[in-house]
Amino acid sequence: MEVKLRILRYNPETDKKPHYENYTVEAEGNDQVLDLLNRVKWYQDGTLSYRRSCAHGVCGSDAMRINGVNRLACKVLVHDVGRKITIEPLLGLPVIKDLIVDLEPFFDHYRSVMPYFVNDEPPPTGERLQSPEQRARFDDTTKCILCAACTTSCPSFWGSGQYVGPAAVVQAHRFIFDSRDRAAAQRLELLNDRMGIWRCHDIYNCTDACPREIEVTKALGEVKMAIATGRVE
Amino acid sequence: MRRACYAADRTGHMILQTLYQQCIKNKVTFFDEFQVLDVLISDGRGCGVVAVELLTGELHTFHAKAVIFATGGWGRVWEITSNAHSYTGDGVAVALRRGIPAEDMEFFQFHPTGIYRMGILITEGVRGEGGVLINNEGERFMERYAPTVKDLASRDVVSRAMYLEMREGRGINGKRYLYLDARPETVNKYARVDGRTWPDGSPYQVTGADIMAKLPDIIDFCRTYMGVDPVTQPMPVQPTAHYGMGGIPTTMYGEVVTDEKNTIMPGLYAAGETACVSVHGANRLGTNSLLDIIVFGKHSGERAAEFASQNDYAPLPEDPQSFVHEQIEALRTADGTEIAADIRREMQEVMFADVGVFRTEEGMAEALKKVRELKERYQHVRAHDSTRIFNTDILEAWEVGCLLDIAEVTTKSALERKESRGAHAREDYPERDDDKWLRHTLAFMDEKGVTLKYKPVTMTHFEPKKRVY
Repeated sequence: MEVKLRILRYNPETDKKPHYENYTVEAEGNDQVLDLLNRVKWYQDGTLSYRRSCAHGVCGSDAMRINGVNRLACKVLVHDVGRKITIEPLLGLPVIKDLIVDLEPFFDHYRSVMPYFVNDEPPPTGERLQSPEQRARFDDTTKCILCAACTTSCPSFWGSGQYVGPAAVVQAHRFIFDSRDRAAAQRLELLNDRMGIWRCHDIYNCTDACPREIEVTKALGEVKMAIATGRVE
Repeated sequence: MRRACYAADRTGHMILQTLYQQCIKNKVTFFDEFQVLDVLISDGRGCGVVAVELLTGELHTFHAKAVIFATGGWGRVWEITSNAHSYTGDGVAVALRRGIPAEDMEFFQFHPTGIYRMGILITEGVRGEGGVLINNEGERFMERYAPTVKDLASRDVVSRAMYLEMREGRGINGKRYLYLDARPETVNKYARVDGRTWPDGSPYQVTGADIMAKLPDIIDFCRTYMGVDPVTQPMPVQPTAHYGMGGIPTTMYGEVVTDEKNTIMPGLYAAGETACVSVHGANRLGTNSLLDIIVFGKHSGERAAEFASQNDYAPLPEDPQSFVHEQIEALRTADGTEIAADIRREMQEVMFADVGVFRTEEGMAEALKKVRELKERYQHVRAHDSTRIFNTDILEAWEVGCLLDIAEVTTKSALERKESRGAHAREDYPERDDDKWLRHTLAFMDEKGVTLKYKPVTMTHFEPKKRVY
């Protein structure tokens, strides 16, 4: 079948402002949107620029707006979105070129929440053990691939890029609720900030956007509760 | 046999996350979205790299006391692959162009269970949990090929069995795929047939919920890409190019060696799939790539740090960026009568057909001819995008050049090895021949083509023997 793509293009070296360009490609129902972008790039217009690598939803490099919602181009199939597809770069981050946005502000927020294991106690001989229940407590948030789809779907983040954003909170959650970690209080203090977690108003765009089906809003709710009660449970 | 620790069906992902997180914690400097295009060597020492910064299109020369290549594999040489688009073998190609050989490139593993057409990997954990392969006649055919271990035979054995089933017309609906069936009723049926038990001796039986809990990511892949729910439907699978056992030759400390006498090139290291420490021999076992990256990543890191602390910089070669300039200029100014994507596709097809799961003299000779033709045609490729910022067009075209070098070296190495060993299976030489071929291939590349040399295999605890399943 023929599929019509409408892609928001911007090349800072040649364009004054972004504009849409239309392409028609041959496709099958179970082609990925990424396949269609590749078809355009390889055979019609090599200047079309986007990030991609693994092509199966694990590396997180091809998050973009597809028909108005944030998706990974490699995890959306033609039969999910139909024969007219509008593709735009993620919102809330500066566009570098076409579908490529500047992710530095996103990673700055990520790095700000201590997204790593902290425990200065001498390790026991062998491993730091935890029960399957303790491990399950944060399993959902270990699935994050830092694709930025959640943060750039959040109206609060669109309102202010200073907001730390859901992805960073998800990463903090992964350690706050890890029984082996010792820095939960520090992370909660970092997030209990004007530009921290209280900018979240339970809009649920993030949960819908997550290609890994992480219950993002729920994770944020658990972090809020931990700050409010002073208890990590 | 239970022989490895794991984290659901995403062990590698968890290792990657932990490593990255600890790098953040320890304030490691990353040059994100800089792509290496050349390795610099002077006075016989590794002394840096040339890389392009995608954001600006600028070339940078990194002058270094020690360089570690951890650039991954080259599955994109083949039509059906589990590998990322970026797995184009740049590290090995860049080294080859600087006179460093590539070792054992003929040994490339085809994983039996890639999602049909897409190649996305379905972990063998599915078979570990009791899933079985089924042909168009509803038969669990691995019983015929490996009567003892059946579906858990090693990857090459299962891939070859699948290939033969499909060639005999027993692919599903006569097509290039078979079913991987992990429905609880199927798993339980064959678990009873096999007399499989849990460690406590009770009969092995599973529920749909057990399958979901063990294989969450795989179930998600199947639902997303095939609209198939593995708990209620079988999964269409075909062998997929997965892992290179060969690569840049190194010692067990990650030091790059440059000849058949294992002469070390100081200051240059390699680790992971791009390297050939040769712990995997001719055929890697599942999970062992993760052991490889952890053990030899650490070794090479420690050795490189030690080397850097004890040695001063080797001088940079004169005009260090000239070789890269030349390559990039060619892609900007060629006559443009050829398209990079066409050349890549034709290469991938011929490599999958003739330098894949099964190989013959005739097929490989044809493939080598074709790859050399494609290399000629590649001289006419010009990138469309002439701007500087994020010029992924020119980068992709450059990567096709790497793939072609890897394809040529792989085919030449495979053509010369007149035996079957591990992942290298020849129909015309079906037996292993230790007298002639118990040795490593070293492929060197120059303008004239590929030259092969050989070096002996180090034997330790395990001697090669016939695999009987």
